[in-house]
Amino acid sequence: MIHPVLFYVLSGLIVASAVGVILARHPLYAVLSLVVTLFSLSALFICLHAFFVAAIQVLIYAGAVLVLFIFVVMLLDMAPEVVFRAKSWTMISVGTALGFLILWQTAAVSLRLQAPSAPGPVIDGTTAAVGRILFTAYALPFEAASLLLLVGIIGAIVLAKKQL
Amino acid sequence: MTPPITINHLIALSGVLFAIGLVGVVTRRNVLLILLSLEILLSAANLAFVAFSRSLGDLSGQIMVFFVMIVAAAEVTVGLAITVLLSRHGGKLNADELKSLKW
Repeated sequence: MIHPVLFYVLSGLIVASAVGVILARHPLYAVLSLVVTLFSLSALFICLHAFFVAAIQVLIYAGAVLVLFIFVVMLLDMAPEVVFRAKSWTMISVGTALGFLILWQTAAVSLRLQAPSAPGPVIDGTTAAVGRILFTAYALPFEAASLLLLVGIIGAIVLAKKQL
Repeated sequence: MTPPITINHLIALSGVLFAIGLVGVVTRRNVLLILLSLEILLSAANLAFVAFSRSLGDLSGQIMVFFVMIVAAAEVTVGLAITVLLSRHGGKLNADELKSLKW
């Protein structure tokens, strides 16, 4: 499937930078750490033959969404001391306990999970192959998604404008 | 020689990523960093979708990732607009101090 060394290097990068996102003091460092996470995930997607998904991961997530985040961080000029952490220890302990619960559950599932006895054919997720399914079987959800984006744009304008 | 990478490894990685994001959402109190942690949660789901898509030889999982990204883009747009609005009215971005909707 993937070369083991490549997988372990990439997953190490993903986990380390994701931990960096939730521990960084300055919001800008958190955003930059998330860029590393998303780029490593994109590399992992390429190893899994999901080429189209890897491309839009870089273009939309690392490109558009995170640039938007950086814009807002710089616009609001957040000083490091403005970054709030949970002050109450109950919140931190509840959060960590929840995290370990999820970890335990996924460990149980991923140990029990059996790969299909007859693995499906290797299909490359190229733009042509994904697009063919997207515009036939998933045409209606695709149109609904465009409507959702339109609502998102209008909502952002209405919320962020000073006076309508 | 290390054993080959199977679907189990990928699902485990996805679970670890989800747990990290969940801890971030619960423990961070800055609205902007909660939104960033939500992105980690969505990415963990995306990884699971792509892993199963590869394992089963079915492209539908990758279509689902496409839709998740669209929803994430819309969510970030509205979320960041609300963040800007919050900082303009009072400048507080601490999720614990925001209670103007309570009565």
